[in-house]
Amino acid sequence: MSKKTMIVFSGDLDKAMAAFIIANGAASMGDEVTMFFTFWGLNILRKAQKVRVQKSMIEKMFGWMMPRGPEKLKLSKMNMGGIGSYMMRSIMKQKNVYSLNELMESAQAMGVKLIACTMSMDIMGIKKEELIDGIDYAGVATYLAHADEGNVNLFI
Amino acid sequence: MEERYINAKGLQCPGPIMKLFQEIKTMATGEKVKIEASDFGFSKDVEAWCKKTGNKLLSLEQSDNVITAIVEKA
Repeated sequence: MSKKTMIVFSGDLDKAMAAFIIANGAASMGDEVTMFFTFWGLNILRKAQKVRVQKSMIEKMFGWMMPRGPEKLKLSKMNMGGIGSYMMRSIMKQKNVYSLNELMESAQAMGVKLIACTMSMDIMGIKKEELIDGIDYAGVATYLAHADEGNVNLFI
Repeated sequence: MEERYINAKGLQCPGPIMKLFQEIKTMATGEKVKIEASDFGFSKDVEAWCKKTGNKLLSLEQSDNVITAIVEKA
């Protein structure tokens, strides 16, 4: 068994899809997969619903401005104020492509490890309660230790 | 032993290999599974998947819009 690691830095819908397609594919090839979510990538792990937590004014503003979870992400190109993302989602549905939500659920079910970067969480004021269940929290050393064991490492 | 069957038609990448992986996990060594997929990338993918996982690709056919592979669990 080999191991794949990914740094998911981007919070764009298309890039998140690519990351989770690779993760599901690798897990289906019998590989261990670790995904480390940092900066904008953290938004992929946010719960769709609002969670009441203590925050400073700036943290609250960050929270309002950033997408809450996979359903709210935007395309990196041709977003056109949300029209592009809407069209992409409906085309993908029509063509029977897994939604980001489904890809995330199946990745977790297949044992893909999702790790949220605690430093990014602190900067952006994102609390544990706002992120989905079943993930780990760690820093760069944990990620590097995983990457050392892997034979493929991607920055997305 | 009866050959198993997976209908992966209409599924997009990585659906077919995910289905194949999940099915193979429940199979015994020497058991065979036939999988049909419509994603035309599956032809190369099933070869790569078998090479990587060590399972045996017994046959691979493409007709019209369907790719049919038979895989034996190693």
